[in-house]
Amino acid sequence: METAWAQASEIAAAVREGRASASDVVTAALARIGQRNPALNAFTAVLGERAVAKAASIDKAPANARAALPLAGVPFAVKNLFDIAGMSTRAGSKINRERAPATRDAAVVSRLETAGAVLVGALNMGEYAYDFTGENVHDGPCRNPHDVSRMSGGSSSGSGAAVAGGLVPLALGSDTNGSIRVPASFCGIFGLKPTYGRLSRARSFPFVASLDHVGPMARSTRDLALAYDAMQGHDPDDPVCADRPIEAVTPLIDRGIAGLGIAVAGGYFRIGAYPQAQTALARVAAALGAEAEIELPEPERARAAAYVITASEGAALHLDRLRTRARDFDPAVRDRLIAGAMIPAPLVAKAQKFRRWYRARVLELFARVDVVLAPVTPCTAPRIGQTTFRFGGIEIPLRANIGVYTQPISFIGLPVVAVPVPLTPLPIGVQIIAAPWREDIALRVARTLEQMGIAAAPRPALQAQD
Amino acid sequence: MKTRRTKTQAGKRKPSAVRARSAAKAAPKARPHPATPELKERDFIAAAAHVLGLVIEPAWKPAIEASFAITLRLAASFMDFPLPDEAEPAPVFAA
Repeated sequence: METAWAQASEIAAAVREGRASASDVVTAALARIGQRNPALNAFTAVLGERAVAKAASIDKAPANARAALPLAGVPFAVKNLFDIAGMSTRAGSKINRERAPATRDAAVVSRLETAGAVLVGALNMGEYAYDFTGENVHDGPCRNPHDVSRMSGGSSSGSGAAVAGGLVPLALGSDTNGSIRVPASFCGIFGLKPTYGRLSRARSFPFVASLDHVGPMARSTRDLALAYDAMQGHDPDDPVCADRPIEAVTPLIDRGIAGLGIAVAGGYFRIGAYPQAQTALARVAAALGAEAEIELPEPERARAAAYVITASEGAALHLDRLRTRARDFDPAVRDRLIAGAMIPAPLVAKAQKFRRWYRARVLELFARVDVVLAPVTPCTAPRIGQTTFRFGGIEIPLRANIGVYTQPISFIGLPVVAVPVPLTPLPIGVQIIAAPWREDIALRVARTLEQMGIAAAPRPALQAQD
Repeated sequence: MKTRRTKTQAGKRKPSAVRARSAAKAAPKARPHPATPELKERDFIAAAAHVLGLVIEPAWKPAIEASFAITLRLAASFMDFPLPDEAEPAPVFAA
């Protein structure tokens, strides 16, 4: 079968049914990585030997065992903050390359491989995940497959570029303030940031403990659902991972949107949005019949509080490295972390108090609606090297502010599917936001938009040249 | 408000989030710390770096000062948001 642009679900079905071998699928993926990665700089490590061995083990498995694997033979790659046994977990940094090799895979990597997926590599990312651009001073910028002169977005930059560029159908990212959703928007793919505490973060390198999430990125809603279901389940190795039963969503995504109350976020989420972001949001809202507008309470303050908590907790995490290895940081990350280390404690305490107040008010809204729509990014992918952009009539730093619409959502751990709207020349994403633990609803809405042709991962010209 | 922001960005005003001056006005009998009236953000950064054991090279200062000023400005937006004393913080958030 031709796997260059195949979805994970299609590959898995073919391998399960014997129409394709996992070895052939993985060999083809490794070849694509070798061919396309020099242009995109998405991968920082390719695990050819490991991947070929894993694929062979799937092909040798009894047919009935292979038939039970929901992700049989699906190549995937992970942001390089996830532990991979035998490798140092660099988390986009220079400093972490000196760490001892990981002895085990990250929990979510293990769970995907248990479901039959095959890890083929580690992916570029913004240093220590403190980034929205995809630029990395150590490994070089990750490039957008739709225009290699433009940013992939970050910090899960390689995850966005690898999936959008057709190198792999599935990748894992992490999202503290928008780091799955921003690259999904810029690169034109689907991304799921689950509810805070839903998926285990065990054996991944942290950034802001009280805000860190992990999740899948793919070219279809079904692939998000398959990967998400494979990764669900309590994990005592992550103290934040909720002790909840697995709530499989794959069987639910085709249920449509009948009966769902869907509203568009107004006010703050309209200010500063470029015409492309407004067009994408309008298309999605019109397709869903979402005419009502809803005001989230104090989203600007919520974003500010998320910013302060991030700066403070992130700086605390890295304080020793800032003391001893400051010159080895990406300067753009270092300077923000040093500033974060100096935030007076009362500001952080107030931010955490505000967080609980905000959560309570937002949850009241979900008694009235099931889904809130909002832009992911104010604009399409900026050019690599761009440091500022106009937002609300003011020129502001780009790296710190691309997440203005994502931060008020992840601040209280709400589940979000970022869906790509294939505008020309560049795609842009829309957030489908649901109440805590209702990933199923966000995915149903995303799937509906996909079936209507409103949301789709556009195949870049890079692909057409193959 | 515009004037306040301009001053913050220029690093010429006292840290609004600390609000030492307004606190002193609200409680005139309280004796302000001798250093407080002269404290500038860049002085605060230098002092905090000393306390935290951080070495800041001269070339890094403008970006650090700018980032700190932005953080204080953003913090000011929720610091004046009224919440009761009993409001619980959420240091480990649970959805």
